[in-house]
Amino acid sequence: MSKILKITGLEKTYSSGNKQLTVLHDISFDVEQGQTFSIVGPSGSGKTTLLGLCAGLDQPNSGTVELCGQNLNILNEDQRAQLRNKEVGFIFQNFQLLPTLTALENVSVPLELQGAKNATSKSKSLLEKVGLGDRMHHYPSQLSGGEQQRVALARAFANSPSILFADEPTGNLDDETGEKVIQLLLELNKENGTTLVIITHDLELANRTQHILKLKGGKIVTNQPTPSREASQRNK
Amino acid sequence: MGADYIIDSRQLPTERAQAIIDSLKPDASEVNFVSMIAFPKNGGTKLVKVQGMKGDFPFYGKINTEPSSASNSYQQSGGALVDATLMLQFNMKPGDSIKIGQLTLPIAGALKSMPGNSAVSSSVAPPVVIPYRFVESTELLQFGSRKEYQYFYKVSDTFNLERLEAKIEPALDLENADLDTHTSTTERLGKRYDNVGKFLNLAAFIALLLGCIGIASSVHIYIKEKLKAIAILKCMGASRLQSFLIFLIQIAGIGIVGGAIGSLIGVALQTVFPYLLKDFLPFTLEITISAQPILIGIFLGLFMSVLFALLPLLRTWYVSPLDVLRVDENGSQEPRNVRFLVFGIILVFLFLFSLWLLKDPLYALGFVGATVITFTLLAAVALGFIKTIKRFFPKHWSFTARQSLLNLFRPNNQTVVLVVAIGLGTFLISTLYFTKDILLAKTEVGQTTENANIIILDVQPDQKDAVAESITSKNLAVLNNMPLVTMRMESLNGRLVNEIRQDTTRQIKGWLLNHEFRTTYRDSLIASEELMAGEWVPYIKPGEPIVISISDNLANDSQLTVGDAVVFNVQGVLMETTVGSIRKVDWSQIQLNFTIVFPTGVLEDAPQFNVFTTMVPDEVSSAALQQDLVSKFPNVSIIDLRQIFTLVEDILDKVSWVINFMAFFSIFTGIIVLIGSVRTSKYQRIKESVLLRTLGAKNKQILQISAFEYLFLGLLGSLVGLLLALVSSLCLALFVFKEPFIPSGIPFLIFMPGITLLVLIIGLSNIQTVLRSSPLEVLRRES
Repeated sequence: MSKILKITGLEKTYSSGNKQLTVLHDISFDVEQGQTFSIVGPSGSGKTTLLGLCAGLDQPNSGTVELCGQNLNILNEDQRAQLRNKEVGFIFQNFQLLPTLTALENVSVPLELQGAKNATSKSKSLLEKVGLGDRMHHYPSQLSGGEQQRVALARAFANSPSILFADEPTGNLDDETGEKVIQLLLELNKENGTTLVIITHDLELANRTQHILKLKGGKIVTNQPTPSREASQRNK
Repeated sequence: MGADYIIDSRQLPTERAQAIIDSLKPDASEVNFVSMIAFPKNGGTKLVKVQGMKGDFPFYGKINTEPSSASNSYQQSGGALVDATLMLQFNMKPGDSIKIGQLTLPIAGALKSMPGNSAVSSSVAPPVVIPYRFVESTELLQFGSRKEYQYFYKVSDTFNLERLEAKIEPALDLENADLDTHTSTTERLGKRYDNVGKFLNLAAFIALLLGCIGIASSVHIYIKEKLKAIAILKCMGASRLQSFLIFLIQIAGIGIVGGAIGSLIGVALQTVFPYLLKDFLPFTLEITISAQPILIGIFLGLFMSVLFALLPLLRTWYVSPLDVLRVDENGSQEPRNVRFLVFGIILVFLFLFSLWLLKDPLYALGFVGATVITFTLLAAVALGFIKTIKRFFPKHWSFTARQSLLNLFRPNNQTVVLVVAIGLGTFLISTLYFTKDILLAKTEVGQTTENANIIILDVQPDQKDAVAESITSKNLAVLNNMPLVTMRMESLNGRLVNEIRQDTTRQIKGWLLNHEFRTTYRDSLIASEELMAGEWVPYIKPGEPIVISISDNLANDSQLTVGDAVVFNVQGVLMETTVGSIRKVDWSQIQLNFTIVFPTGVLEDAPQFNVFTTMVPDEVSSAALQQDLVSKFPNVSIIDLRQIFTLVEDILDKVSWVINFMAFFSIFTGIIVLIGSVRTSKYQRIKESVLLRTLGAKNKQILQISAFEYLFLGLLGSLVGLLLALVSSLCLALFVFKEPFIPSGIPFLIFMPGITLLVLIIGLSNIQTVLRSSPLEVLRRES
């Protein structure tokens, strides 16, 4: 299988006053196309920073990120944005919907940015798929947390991404709603053949992916396929 | 006028009048009379006004002479100060002699200007000032000769002149004497300066309003950011009062600091202004720093900050601890009646403050009313705009254009707030600019070539053509050729003037009962006149009743109105007339104005002389014309207004400077407030832009969305503000300044695009954070 994400020697340092805080030390790993991949670790271990670097939302101090065959280090901000728009989907812990847009418009945004002609019809069908056919014209503030995350899910798949990054997708949801969202996420992922990178500290969720990378203090502790049989069976 | 008040009498004061004059202890006095003088050097003679001065007059301003030392030395050296124009006409130099009656005196200097001497009156008979002690030696002050006695007084700043006027003026009037105070003279100086005062107050009021908008919008956004923190404090047990006080104390502190800084700037400016204005202030200003205005400044800073922050501050009182979990924009708003109460207090304050500045309850109410109406109209236009976009949403526009339009009416939109802030700012700035223009247009007198600067009086009918020829032969234009007929009043409404004079209960002013009026006749009004009452009659056919037009001040002093009968004594011939109209005359315009104007067809055959006016470009051509005219027509009098024009222009230039300074100061305040208002929308837009960026939007797309949105807001706000400013300026021009209004194109050509551009730049600078920072960094911060 080809590698959709290739991380080599990644380092990220933040300045805090006069101090330099290194958040990630010498991180290297690969993600195969179509793989489900989880990054786990305690709070402050550098998970979200790593995801941001993988998706080209930030620049590393050293090391390289190769996403969909493109070296992000040599792309400028606009080129990275264009790559994200074509190849990447996002799901955030706090949903990050545009508060001024309805559910339907939120889902349409990635397609609208591409200038796609069928934006509305595709968005409608995605919202129906996530069970929100009757809430299309509601604003985020009129939706529950679970519904908002489902809108985010529909938006993430709107541009038919090659890779989807999910940052603690169930972190703000109760167990039952969280489970429903994960089910939906994995289903859509399987249906579209998308590569999925999930950040979580929920080991149970991580065990449902094919590969787990454990981080601690900004360093990789383990990087191996999921030992759980259930995961391998589910993704066959 | 050179003194705080003057008592004058056109005869030797009566015993009673002299008693009043002496009891008030005059600081200086003058006797003046009209007499022929001779110039022994070249044999010339001229009718002049001889002024015998005693005491150290003037108390304010100075006698302007050439050489300048002559004004101080003439009393000791025993010389005469002779009108500069007259010296020019007769080619006289300081040191030459003049002969006044039996007295021969050396000329100490050329008299250019003197406080209290107006250009026209002094030049009909040019002034010659001599020390009082020589008056008797002229042997010209005989019994029955015409003379005027003036007594000059200087009083302390706290002296109540109005009370003095009320007390002694009636008594003096009965004795044929007049009291003239500097306050009444200032009132007469014309509405131009009154309007400047009104304008400066308006500018101050507008600066204040702009400041208030600034305070309200800054505190609004500050409190909005802090709502979650307040909810947390409340969760931990902070009471409503405690959370309210935390922010109230902060705002009060900022207000005090702001007030103190403002007062310090004011003190600094106070020391600068006298240097700028020293050339035309007739007295030396002593700068003292008084505690009162500084305290008022600090108090205003404190009070205004708290008052205008009150509405947003109330959110801290009503914010629910539940907002820790979810901040709902509309969930914890203060009750409607509390809001209305705060609005009410703000309006009362605005009214009281404008009343304090404008000293007129009607104007104050007008300004506050206009502001409230503007505010309401702007909000209504913004809401109407939102409704229109919703209804006719252009679905086929590009994503970025649609997105920017959507932002204008979506939840948490800034449309109403920004349109009101931008519109109100533009409205105030443009109103100020338009009104500044109204005033400055008024100060442009004397700067065009149509304005005469040489007036030639006493031209006899048989000299008319020759004088005109003399003027045109020097390539100068005859701008005016007006006939002048002198006459006195014989009776008013059937009562003989002699009879009225004896009446101790009369309401009619004494001066006009003895006055020789210089009247003219013409068929139309001139630029400085405006019809107030009655009908203008241009022409009278022979045998028809004679209808005249009188000036408003004459109507007041004589108690005459339209339809009243006046009989004039025109050099021995009685002429019955009726008042047909009353004209408002702008005496501040430097040109020949008349209290009484006859229609054509009446006075053409009466004994008369003519007045010519022309415009000379410089000193050389002025001297050439004057010397030519004086040598050919010794009887004519010439007034050279060039010096007066220069002086007036100089003063008006400085007044314009003050007007411009205040206007641009307020406009600058407005721009700062605009920047503040647009910045408040920053936090609203950053998160959206970052999300779009994360989802793959390019810099260009993000910039376009913001640019369109702020372009719509800037254009709408500034256009509506400008249109409202046009209406308000028109009202101000008509009802407050009472001047015609010709709107300048500058606000349309510069302000509207300028303010739109400013809004655009500030709006785009808001999202620079998004464009420069990595999306992850901003997303984390915003989360």
